Amino acid sequence: MTVHIEDAPPDVSGATSKGPPKRRTGRRLPTGWVPYLLILPSIAALVAVLGWALVQNLIISFQEFGRRQLISRTTEWAGLDNYRTILEDERFWDAVVRTFFFMAANVVLIMGLGTLIGLLLHALGKKMRLVLAISLVAAWAMPVTVSTTVFRWLFDQQLGVVNWALSSIGFSSYEEHNWFSSGASTLAIVTILIVWASVPFVALNLYAGLTTISGEIFEAARMDGASNWRLFWSILAPIMRPFFMITTFLEIIWVFKAFAQIYALNAGGPNRESETLPVMAYVEGMSQSQYGSAAAISVLTLVILLVAMSFYFRLIFKQEREQL
Amino acid sequence: MRNARKLWLNGTAVILSALFLFPVYWMFSTSFKSSTDVLTDDPVFLFTPTFDHYETATAVELFWTYVGNSFIVTIGAVLLALLVALAASYAIARMQFRGRRGMVLAVMMAQMAPWEILIIVVYLNARDLEMLNSLLTLTLIYFVMALPFSIWTLRGFIAAVPKELEESAMIDGCNRAQAFFRVIFPLLAPGLMATSLFGFIAAWNEYAMVLVLNKDPEAATLPLWLTQFQTNFGNDWGATMAASTMFTVPVLIVFVLLQRRVTGGLAAGAVKG
Repeated sequence: MTVHIEDAPPDVSGATSKGPPKRRTGRRLPTGWVPYLLILPSIAALVAVLGWALVQNLIISFQEFGRRQLISRTTEWAGLDNYRTILEDERFWDAVVRTFFFMAANVVLIMGLGTLIGLLLHALGKKMRLVLAISLVAAWAMPVTVSTTVFRWLFDQQLGVVNWALSSIGFSSYEEHNWFSSGASTLAIVTILIVWASVPFVALNLYAGLTTISGEIFEAARMDGASNWRLFWSILAPIMRPFFMITTFLEIIWVFKAFAQIYALNAGGPNRESETLPVMAYVEGMSQSQYGSAAAISVLTLVILLVAMSFYFRLIFKQEREQL
Repeated sequence: MRNARKLWLNGTAVILSALFLFPVYWMFSTSFKSSTDVLTDDPVFLFTPTFDHYETATAVELFWTYVGNSFIVTIGAVLLALLVALAASYAIARMQFRGRRGMVLAVMMAQMAPWEILIIVVYLNARDLEMLNSLLTLTLIYFVMALPFSIWTLRGFIAAVPKELEESAMIDGCNRAQAFFRVIFPLLAPGLMATSLFGFIAAWNEYAMVLVLNKDPEAATLPLWLTQFQTNFGNDWGATMAASTMFTVPVLIVFVLLQRRVTGGLAAGAVKG
């Protein structure tokens, strides 16, 4: 499970914060050094830890940095060599393609299933809705490292319950099937894991959004003879469009940088076949001691992520404009 | 017709509930099975529960060190984040200053920071500063991870407290600091609670950083212990699931607490009076 921090900020900014912050009559908002003093610790912490890491990452990506340099603590500049090596490395391009397919499959499944389950929650009666919501929250609450461990157990070769279930319903070839024998199969398990853990976020938030839409709209449309399909695409989808857009980009970003699930499940193996970009950067650095090229991979990954993020932020700003 | 639809919906809901719940259930049930019930080709669904695996898992060398480390790091990071975020979010929510928009933007960007991709460079930086295998380093990093959304969440809660409350306190003779501590701060309890719980979950679950930074078992936290448990204990799935369950319980408690998060109610009550 990832903690979905976007769920954290409950939108409680009332009428007081709305509207342009024009000078109010009676009292002036203070200017001067006080606000700067208040934000200083935050800025300092962010710059010292996050900012420095980003800058160092860029600097190291231009260095020849292996085990030797790590021990001797010397700096050897390499210009664009790391990038050249990476971009000519077939393994890198494999990882890029793999990452994109992996991300696309995950996001489509998460959004599709999440939407269907959200709609189902809306259509259910009170009791059944509570049952389903509790199950979703339970899956959502599972820490990533725990769910990864549990999935390893579920898909265990000898004693796993999945192999047992598959072979007892007639797929005898799954008896003692090793799910982690190839990169594709490993990533399929990671996909099930991530989809299982992420669908609750989409479904529960969609349901919460649906409860704010008045039922009259649907009744009126149904009177006019609209089908369910039509209701969804002509009424629901347009109303919930901001939600769908923002959530899709969030999931793209989250899945793209997924690390713990992939690494803890099979360490990017077998034979580095299930490495996505973040895992590849880690393996290059920590296992191969190629810190320079690890940094270069991570810079390139950041650039790809920034594209997704810029779309996300554009959407968020449209939403939040009146609050800023 | 109506009944058929209802049956269909409820049936789907039951199957989905079972699918989502199953891994959680399987973790709990495996942890209470005896080893013979775990190590069988045909899974056992009815069994006499035993606490053996919990004994095995907690008897692991350094187990209590990991528990202690996890709590120190998590609580340290959350408290630090609350303190620092409170100041910044007050400035953002209530004050007008040059660079405010930039600050909001920085906070939002930092909230999305791809830490997973920066682990190598964080490792190298920590190494240069000789801060590897240190709980302080981990606390500081988790604090910075939790900081952006703490600022963001608290900003919302502070903005929800009507300005008039603060203004009337100031008319009654409070200065700005007094108005904050006597009027706003008491109303922020739900906000501080929600913020710290989310911070708790983020830090408690964090895996990538501790994986590279604190390889020394003395400085490791529970997520690292959990993922390495199997490597160290082979196929003792019962004990592994007991360890997983113990690690999950605090998170489940936090989730239950968050469900009750009541927001805005207090402030609304305060103006009505």
